[in-house]
Amino acid sequence: MNLQIAMLLGQDGMTNGAIYALLALSILLVFTVTRVLFIPQGEFVAFGALTMATLQAGHAPALVWLLALLAVIATIADLLAGRRDTGRYRFGTGQALRLGYPFVLIGLIQVLPLESLPMALQAALTLALVVPLGPLCYRLFYQPIANAPVLILLIVSVALHVAMVGVGLLIFGPEGARTQPFGEGGLELGPITLNAQTLWVLTASLALIVALYLFFERTLYGKALRATAVNRVGARLMGISPVFAGKASFFLAALIGALSGILIAPITTIYFDSGFIISLKGFVGSIIGGLASYPVAALGALLVGLIEAFSAFFASTYKEVIVFTLIIPFLLWRSLTSRHVEEEE
Amino acid sequence: MNPRLQTEPGTPASTTVPQTRRSNAPSTRTVLAVFLAALAFAPMVLPEFQVTLLNYIGLYALVALGLVLLTGVGGLTSFGQAAFVGLGAYTTAVLTTATELPGWIAWAAGSPWLALLVGLVLTAVVAILIGSITLRLSGHYLPLGTIAWGISLYFLFGTMDILGGHTGMTGIPPISLFGWELDKGGEIFYLIWAFLLAAVLTTRNLLDSREGRAIRALKGGMVMAEAMGVNTSRSRMVIFVIAALLACASGWLYAHMQRFVNPTPFGLHIGIEYLFMAVVGGAGHVWGALVGAGVITVMKQWLQDLLPQLLGASGNFEVIVFGIMMVLILQRARDGIWPLLAKLVPVRAVHKQISASAEPLARRPMPAKGELILEAKNVTRKFGGLVANNNMSLEVRAGEILALIGPNGAGKSTMFNQLSGVDTPSAGEVLFRGQPVAGKDSREIARMGMSRTFQHVKLLPTMSVLDNVAIGAHMRGSRSVLPSAWRLDRAEEARLLKEAARQIERVGLGEHMFAEAGSLALGQQRILEIARALAADPCLLLLDEPAAGLRYKEKEALGDLLRRLRAEGMAILIVEHDMDFVMNLVDRVVVMEFGEKIAEGLPDEVQKNPAVLEAYLGGVE
Repeated sequence: MNLQIAMLLGQDGMTNGAIYALLALSILLVFTVTRVLFIPQGEFVAFGALTMATLQAGHAPALVWLLALLAVIATIADLLAGRRDTGRYRFGTGQALRLGYPFVLIGLIQVLPLESLPMALQAALTLALVVPLGPLCYRLFYQPIANAPVLILLIVSVALHVAMVGVGLLIFGPEGARTQPFGEGGLELGPITLNAQTLWVLTASLALIVALYLFFERTLYGKALRATAVNRVGARLMGISPVFAGKASFFLAALIGALSGILIAPITTIYFDSGFIISLKGFVGSIIGGLASYPVAALGALLVGLIEAFSAFFASTYKEVIVFTLIIPFLLWRSLTSRHVEEEE
Repeated sequence: MNPRLQTEPGTPASTTVPQTRRSNAPSTRTVLAVFLAALAFAPMVLPEFQVTLLNYIGLYALVALGLVLLTGVGGLTSFGQAAFVGLGAYTTAVLTTATELPGWIAWAAGSPWLALLVGLVLTAVVAILIGSITLRLSGHYLPLGTIAWGISLYFLFGTMDILGGHTGMTGIPPISLFGWELDKGGEIFYLIWAFLLAAVLTTRNLLDSREGRAIRALKGGMVMAEAMGVNTSRSRMVIFVIAALLACASGWLYAHMQRFVNPTPFGLHIGIEYLFMAVVGGAGHVWGALVGAGVITVMKQWLQDLLPQLLGASGNFEVIVFGIMMVLILQRARDGIWPLLAKLVPVRAVHKQISASAEPLARRPMPAKGELILEAKNVTRKFGGLVANNNMSLEVRAGEILALIGPNGAGKSTMFNQLSGVDTPSAGEVLFRGQPVAGKDSREIARMGMSRTFQHVKLLPTMSVLDNVAIGAHMRGSRSVLPSAWRLDRAEEARLLKEAARQIERVGLGEHMFAEAGSLALGQQRILEIARALAADPCLLLLDEPAAGLRYKEKEALGDLLRRLRAEGMAILIVEHDMDFVMNLVDRVVVMEFGEKIAEGLPDEVQKNPAVLEAYLGGVE
């Protein structure tokens, strides 16, 4: 291996690592706020990538029908819950907007020239299609059992992941897809050429991390989410609705997931079931962060990307095995230092 | 007699729903006999396809049973069970087909039975390794760890040449049993179901034992169990290893039934399906594993035909149905299908027998009256800038009752935590029988003879009063997993239950012996905690607000009990609010305010002490 190859591998590793870091952050966010280990995060990556590809191919994405179906079911569930709690059906503006939204999108998709839209608009449309699935998933699958033990929430996550992979196959078919790159050429830095997509991924990830930081540090909603993560009951007593916190964190997770999918789709061919293994690498990052620390999780995820790239060069058949054994030293260290017996929530 | 008989998960009584005793209902034994007879004749009357289906159900149920133990009973879970199945299958595949094996393992070549042994040992080693790095951490690290394990092993199966890569390995011989070759579906059927039934019965036995109580305490009672001397990390490891071994055995049977292995059935998605089986069937019940395996296997068969036609595309769309079904079950009926089925076939309820002839358990020698038992020396505990306890000293002697009192927020609970070893003082030390308490975990402290109750009652609400109290006697028994599974622990178990029953009678809960602990009134639950603490045969009893929620008569009875214990030489420390109760009972009082000791002495002196009056009544002008 010479310097050139090392640079190339490093660039690959950084690109993937940046994506894993984004996923690690969103996984951590969802876990600390809702105690849900959000395994289906990977499906949002795949859905984002494949929806973008569908749009670029000029087809109407069938995903919009899933969105419409879930919105209808969520509305019915809200109506029934309203009747159970207050004795009458309530249908507010929020419900009306949620119910109308997918049908507006269906109309838009019919009218717009999908194939010839500028890429930024295609990306925006992809996000508009995929991201609302996040809060809808929270409403339908997690909200009814928001106080269940972590273990139950985890099993629900796995069940949802399994179902979403099946739905992905139904909607997108078994073929993989790759999208057009965002830009051509690259940036020459001395002996290294950073290619355009790498730059896009790194800049976008960095921008998103900064935006998240500002959101959590500077805005009231961000602080509300942080408060919920620190003390659920306390935050609730201060008027922060757990339902709001749940939906908001799932919204952010879906946004980050879909965006990661859009970023990664020009680099790797994505299949309906590719998301799982990508999000698991995000999980490895967040486990390295002890499911608590954001900076360590992001660094851990970056490390996962780098080790993956280099092990692909040295021992490509064992690449995945090497990546997943990364959690062992961390778990070992944590096991040896913790001596506390505590109750599971 | 309370009509709500015991219904612990996993024990024989779990086949009954709470209901009045029906004398005309069949006994569990009868129902089981009918089921066995039907099984025995199944291969003779059913077409081959159905027999194959039953074979698969048996194999899957064996794995799901492990998950029932792990998930439903122990509150842990694993997504990597399919990988353990694969470990069993590939071990036997390699050992029974290889022509050249390295010398150290050559002895196991060619015999499926030796291969089973090697597979089980290998599985146990892997499970212990995975367990030892995840089981001491919070419960969600094990499932995440098993996901990584499941994926890694699947990749290894697919890439290693010696294992045949993705094409797999062929030519695995059938198992032979006393010269009888089990090479037909209708023959290996009996072996599969014999394995499954043996596993179900031994698991049931295990859950109904000393170890079983410790295992059942893992879900929601770990802090309490540790305080009763249970090593919860070990119990978690035990059930994880058992679950892995059951999966390995299933893989061994699978390999010799199929006579062929490839990586597909051992992937992570199958590991997830096993968990679905356990949850759908009823993760808290041993028979739930069988029901779940049956339902999922049959549904899968049916949906794989139906859905592609319905949707006009080919693919494994049944996962959508399974995923949504799982979510609905977890939202609506977390106990799965088994409890609903059990309701359809009511069987006679039986409860545990207390043997009058069982030999009493050995007791620890009690310290002489007046001997110093517990001593706190200048204990200070700071939380950041807040000083919760400042320079607190107190001592408790054998045969005396000391009360620690003080207004709300005085730091009594913090002091209690320092004394019981739950928390470590910032300065000063606590000595129990001359040995420092700091740095010891609650298990060791329990072994030294300190036993406690909790301010917020910590019981296992679905277990009987008897079983809850018997956990207290955990460290007075020694019979471990294997003797329990094979019922070699009955003599010791009878002694433990007799001791538990004795303590229950002693505290006056005799008529509730077989009731669910959660059905008792709060005051009675506090009394139950005292019985549980006494079952540990302590020389020091720490009671955190024992009289809260008790009625007048109950308080009187509690007072009498504590006086009797004192007369026997027990040292007792009470943290209490109820002044009447304390002043008529205890020998000495320590009064705390703002984290400091403001008075100490006989009850009468303390009641007249101006500082105490000021603390309680806001000063005398």
